[in-house]
Amino acid sequence: MLKVSLYRYNPESDDAPHMEDFSVDTGGKDLMVLDVLELIKADYDGSVTYRRSCREGVCGSDGLNINGKNGLACITPLSETVKGGKLVIRPLPGLPVIRDLVVDMSLFYAQYEKVQPYLQNPSPAPAIERLQSPEERAQLDGLYECILCACCSTSCPSFWWNPDRFIGPAGLLQAYRFLADSRDTATEGRLAKLDDPFSVFRCHGIQNCVNVCPKGLNPTKAIGHIRTMLLNRAT
Amino acid sequence: MVTSVTSFSRTGLSDWLIQRVTSVILLAYFLLIAYQLMGSVDYTSWTRLFEQTWMKVFTLMAALSLAAHSWIGLWSVFTDYLTERMLGPKGNVIRLVSQLGASLALVGYVIWVVVIIWS
Amino acid sequence: MFGVVRRIKPESGTISFDGVIVGGGGAGMRAALQLAQSGYKTAVISKVFPTRSHTVSAQGGITCAIASDDPEDDWRWHMYDTVKGSDYIGDQEAIEYMCSVGPEAIFELEHMGLPFSRTEEGRIYQRPFGGQSKNYGEGGQAARTCAAADRTGHALLHTLYQNNIKNETVFFNEWFAVDLVKNATGPSLVLWRSASRQVKRFTLNLRRPFSRRAVRGVFMLPPLTRISIPATGWAWRSARVFPAQDMEMWQFHPTGIYGAGTLVTEGCRGEGGYLVNKDGERFMERYAPNAKDLAGRDVVARSMVLEILEGRGCGPNGDHVKLKLDHLGEDVLESRLPGICELSRTFAHVDPVKEPIPVVPTCHYMMGGIPTNVDGQALTIDAAGNDAVIPGLYACGEVACVSVHGANRLGGNSLLDLVVFGRASGLFIEKALSDGIELRDAGQTDLDAASARLNALNEREKGEQVAPMRQELQAIMQNHFGVFRTGEFMREGIAKLATLRGRVEDVVLADRSSAFNTSRIECLELQNLFETAEATAIVAEARDESRGAHAREDFTERDDENWLKHSLYHSETKQVSKRSVNFTPRTVETFQPKARTY
Repeated sequence: MLKVSLYRYNPESDDAPHMEDFSVDTGGKDLMVLDVLELIKADYDGSVTYRRSCREGVCGSDGLNINGKNGLACITPLSETVKGGKLVIRPLPGLPVIRDLVVDMSLFYAQYEKVQPYLQNPSPAPAIERLQSPEERAQLDGLYECILCACCSTSCPSFWWNPDRFIGPAGLLQAYRFLADSRDTATEGRLAKLDDPFSVFRCHGIQNCVNVCPKGLNPTKAIGHIRTMLLNRAT
Repeated sequence: MVTSVTSFSRTGLSDWLIQRVTSVILLAYFLLIAYQLMGSVDYTSWTRLFEQTWMKVFTLMAALSLAAHSWIGLWSVFTDYLTERMLGPKGNVIRLVSQLGASLALVGYVIWVVVIIWS
Repeated sequence: MFGVVRRIKPESGTISFDGVIVGGGGAGMRAALQLAQSGYKTAVISKVFPTRSHTVSAQGGITCAIASDDPEDDWRWHMYDTVKGSDYIGDQEAIEYMCSVGPEAIFELEHMGLPFSRTEEGRIYQRPFGGQSKNYGEGGQAARTCAAADRTGHALLHTLYQNNIKNETVFFNEWFAVDLVKNATGPSLVLWRSASRQVKRFTLNLRRPFSRRAVRGVFMLPPLTRISIPATGWAWRSARVFPAQDMEMWQFHPTGIYGAGTLVTEGCRGEGGYLVNKDGERFMERYAPNAKDLAGRDVVARSMVLEILEGRGCGPNGDHVKLKLDHLGEDVLESRLPGICELSRTFAHVDPVKEPIPVVPTCHYMMGGIPTNVDGQALTIDAAGNDAVIPGLYACGEVACVSVHGANRLGGNSLLDLVVFGRASGLFIEKALSDGIELRDAGQTDLDAASARLNALNEREKGEQVAPMRQELQAIMQNHFGVFRTGEFMREGIAKLATLRGRVEDVVLADRSSAFNTSRIECLELQNLFETAEATAIVAEARDESRGAHAREDFTERDDENWLKHSLYHSETKQVSKRSVNFTPRTVETFQPKARTY
């Protein structure tokens, strides 16, 4: 039996959040954390609430704080996270909780939209694709794969304190994804909008984002590149 | 673009650069002081050192760097923790009072240094 | 502040849009983009945040004759492959449209920023996929699937979402479509209720008469694996008065990871991987001497099951086969198939660089759906037996049956389907809007009728819980309607479904909270799924032949005399009828049915 402790909060019936313990029969299997939640919802308490969709780590729905570390429930096996026989699951930190493990991600999405996450190139498009060398395309590797699960931004203290002003690691990773794209011509405009004391420069290089990213991406490195581009632009 | 009137230079890049440049100046200054202290220090040699113009200029630069560096750092800390988000409606008042206090102290220190080395 | 951040949070009441699109997957967002770009006020209703839609899981690529890998490539060759792949019940006019318009649609995606992999010449990288040929099957294997590594669906979905942000499409995320509002003259307005967000329930009264719905309906299980994909289904039942087409045609993807159900792309075999049985034999050479592992998906999936049934399966229970990739080398695997390596290590605990991945055919894709024309207009059959357009209702994506996939979809054609027909629907609606559309209001009784199911669910005190019934439904479909089907077992399955129906209708909602209530969604989804399952079951029993993905043990031959037809399922009467397949493409000669071998 696995001891599972879940963060529970229903705004209609609870004055304050509390932890609820379950003793779950995993059949001795090395389940994913999401499987454990599905077991609890089906067999123990149908009111347990969380998001999930693809269950294979590509949609980014089930970012949770699992035994103290942010990650995707669907690709986190118990063997990797459970030490001492206990699984503690909380919602992603720093965002308002809607219910149980579901957080309001509006601030996170708003920061994503701020960086104008779409290709800008006003020149007339050719009849075929815009050509791009494999080397130029390789610049986008490690950037475009982001699944917007918010594990990084919600593990970042700077984002906790200023989620409305600091773009956060996920948004900045996407900002750099377009700065690095050989097909995008809006570099100057993009940089001009990032050169304030909050948007980029609240990053203090803590690297929690790198530590938790379930896709193995490195937002801190991308932020470093943005800073270098801002520096080159000014000199 | 997120703007804030109380930020030092109003742009993130300048603040960031200033912090790095001032830290280099401070490092150089304190290395020099440390070097001086390693030799035998007495009142005469100390006074002679600080009577030289380059040392006075260097000291003033270090004092200004310290003030700028501290302000940027403190401003970051204040806008992280002393905010409406963290403290509720009184957050803004507490932050502005703290910033006022910190800026007065820093200006005070700079004036004090000027008074000491140029008088 | 920079950027325009738009947030609309209606609390209740009626909101008006020029276009309303239900479903934020690839097809829905491509259609939305078309309308939003033209300045029409467009809403997308999505039960998940759009980039979490299932298009995101598509890996290998999007098949299209853009003539990058082979400058001589021709969309007509792609059309030939698709017609053959469909086992000749794909509509040739629709396939012609998809294959010929495809390149334009792909180049548009590239211009929007989709990060395709590249060739040395700087063009889009294309890889070989199953069922692809040059020169109408005479020129050997083609490489026609445009890829962004093995994350093409992810790249596509994010690109579409990003461009919808750019064009200020309004998203209603985590809102759940309950029912269409049908007035006396047809479905003209749609009612949606909140997906039980924290906010109170509300009604969206959509003032323009059309909607679109996209689907993921993976609910059936292959005999040999477990899948935990959220059974989403779609509000099929809401259009119950209209027929559904080819609902027996479900694709089993050959390579689902054994024990997990997670798919690994056909691109693995396109890049040179192949399947082996317990003796290490490359068994597809026996079943498809020419195309081998790149035969149609239906052929490969059946061959795998036969290997297993004949005792040549791998593992202690002999219940799977293996996908060998290690001979491709670490460099190819890490650059071309990085996501597969990741999935395999996570779910199979196998490093494909070193050893083969255990795989088993896994239920994947619904070829059937709402019959439509190439403009996305939903069709029904009038009293005289002719096609009739349903005013105001459009469909594209997996929910639609245009039909470009017929009895078996080729790998890489689903993404092309959703982009091309999402775009086509958008273009048609754009024109219809500028020409002027007659608006029809729904009366209170129409609205009440559409809310009835939700209200009943909210009020019901007695009934069974959702989870056990969902498992029961899965078991029935898995046991009676799998890769191989026989009449007797299917009739048993249909009888079991009949007894389950009433219980599913009376499902009880244990959690009545109005705060982000996922239990309520699960109940509604179970009811939607049931409609899909029953349609599949009844039509599968009726089609007494083997064609494409529909393989009968009691009718092993294709019967062109009686069944070179679409099936139509009428849910109100549970009757099955036939509809003619289109054999009249506009610019090329008809591809006549012939024996389908690979």
